[in-house]
Amino acid sequence: MIEVKNLTKKYGDHLAVKGVSFTVEEGHIYGFLGPNGAGKSTTMNIITGCLAATEGTVTIDGHDIYEEPLAAKRCIGYLPEQPPLYFDMTPYEYLMFVAEAKGIYYEKALLLVRGVIEATRLTDYQNRLIRNLSKGYKQRVGIAQAMLGDPRVIILDEPTVGLDPKQILEIRDLIRELGQDKTVILSSHILQEVQAVCDHVMIISNGVLVASESIDNLDSLISPTNKLHMSIRCDAETAEQALLPIDGVERISMMQTAGDVLELTLETNREADPRDDIFFAMAELRRPIIAMRYEESTLEDIFLRLTEDDAVEAVAEESAEAPEDGGEAYTSMFSTAGYRVEEDVEEKEDEA
Amino acid sequence: MIAVYKKELKSYFINMSGYIFIAALLLFAGIFVTALNLRGRSAAFEYALSNMTLVFLFIMPILTMRSLAEERHSRTDQLLYSLPLRVSDIVLGKFFAMLTVFLIPVAIMAVYPIILSAFGTVNFAAAYGALLAFFLLGAALIAICMFMSALTESQIIAAVLSFGVLLLCYLMNGIALLIPTTAIASFVGLLVCAMLFALIVWFLTRNSVVTLIAAALCVLPLSGFYYFNRPAFEGLFPDLLSTLSVFDRLNNFILGIFDVGAIVYYLSLTVFFLFLSMQSVEKRRWS
Repeated sequence: MIEVKNLTKKYGDHLAVKGVSFTVEEGHIYGFLGPNGAGKSTTMNIITGCLAATEGTVTIDGHDIYEEPLAAKRCIGYLPEQPPLYFDMTPYEYLMFVAEAKGIYYEKALLLVRGVIEATRLTDYQNRLIRNLSKGYKQRVGIAQAMLGDPRVIILDEPTVGLDPKQILEIRDLIRELGQDKTVILSSHILQEVQAVCDHVMIISNGVLVASESIDNLDSLISPTNKLHMSIRCDAETAEQALLPIDGVERISMMQTAGDVLELTLETNREADPRDDIFFAMAELRRPIIAMRYEESTLEDIFLRLTEDDAVEAVAEESAEAPEDGGEAYTSMFSTAGYRVEEDVEEKEDEA
Repeated sequence: MIAVYKKELKSYFINMSGYIFIAALLLFAGIFVTALNLRGRSAAFEYALSNMTLVFLFIMPILTMRSLAEERHSRTDQLLYSLPLRVSDIVLGKFFAMLTVFLIPVAIMAVYPIILSAFGTVNFAAAYGALLAFFLLGAALIAICMFMSALTESQIIAAVLSFGVLLLCYLMNGIALLIPTTAIASFVGLLVCAMLFALIVWFLTRNSVVTLIAAALCVLPLSGFYYFNRPAFEGLFPDLLSTLSVFDRLNNFILGIFDVGAIVYYLSLTVFFLFLSMQSVEKRRWS
């Protein structure tokens, strides 16, 4: 459906997108995931013909975006990051204009505009000035605009940014509905959103595509062990002898003593939760557990790990060595993907 | 193109700007016709028109400042780029919408000679010839101001730029008289123009090689000609300026002469600036 090859975009000396390549198949919802300023919007702008790439090609349904821009653009509906609305028009007038610009003749345009207005639940607002609509409804008008004319691909740049939680859920439902018979590409810097809506995720960081996996695969790539941090009033030898035989404990990754308290970190199997057994084992030995903290590894860890600067560089180097086979290089990233302390995760969420 | 044209035309009448433009033009037309034709007891509608050109300086920027600058400012240009439209569709759609807004007062003014004919003998050919030239002059000015709007994101800057350029055009003949008619003065004047041209090329492309080539293409032949045929340069630059003076080309029509050269000049000026606007819009995608 969409084929992007070796896309590079330079703003002056700044490389915003570095050699991104991927293909988009028909009938899926794709999520473009990356921190702010990673090059998501730039990539989307290039795919839709709003920006020209410094290098590389974009082919949409067999039409190159530079060679046959009109044919290519007819296949796409695009909602940029800031919905491109004329504030002095009503949603109805605005959608009629877009329909006409997409080359739909009047009678059909009337029908299609009514259709998208109903699909985006704008019926009660269609004759108000866009200027007076709330952000959520403006966003809907933007999505309605992208849906008009039944394009085969709909590209949405951060469709839920700045909306309240209820509006976010509504927009997500709308996107899921769209995904039933169209290809949808959306970008986001929030992992949960991509997880909730998409069935394929592409992670982009510092202009490099660091991962492209289906959501199910991504889940299986999470590190197979969880972490258990404990403080026990015990000596190292006894603890080791008592803990290692317990079912589900893989190994002890860190151990240190502070006074008569032993602090240690266990790696435990994701499938089994050995906390109860550990408690009873230590109780039997009459060694009190002072603190225990369980840390599950999640997709968030992968995301953070992948978008770290050094990880990006590693992928960039690997893909530079084997540009034809970039996809294979990512798997090694996942196998070494480890843990991050929870505080970092929370920080990231706050930023988001 | 038709979609953009309709949308633009509508927006001029949703906003005040279309009404303000038409009202201002008709107000001054009324004042000049009253003063020159009715109070002055003259049937020559052309004289009123020739005075009207001054009004262009103030109202053309009002009409055109929004056209491309606002599109960029509110990021709606991204919509236009992502729709299956050519850059020429966008620029021409907007240009013809402005031309239509301008055509309305011109059409109303076309009634004036008929009214005047009730009180005296009106030379209709001269009056309507002048009105046609007046319209084409307006079209050329709209194209020039539209290009100014394509250069910037701010309506205010677009309006000020447009006003400056129109003022320069208006005063062109006066400036031409100030320049000495010696060969060296003409040569220096043309060199300065070549440099300005190179500067514009640099702003449009930001490419030093292209700029150098453009500058060389202007400066080298110029220096060659000056070296071999110095007498030809005497008075050349002032003559050139007054020939290119947009407003003064209307004078022949006011005198009752149908100047085909001026018509061609206005049309080519319009096409040239529309082309520049398209290039400027297209270039924005490459930044």
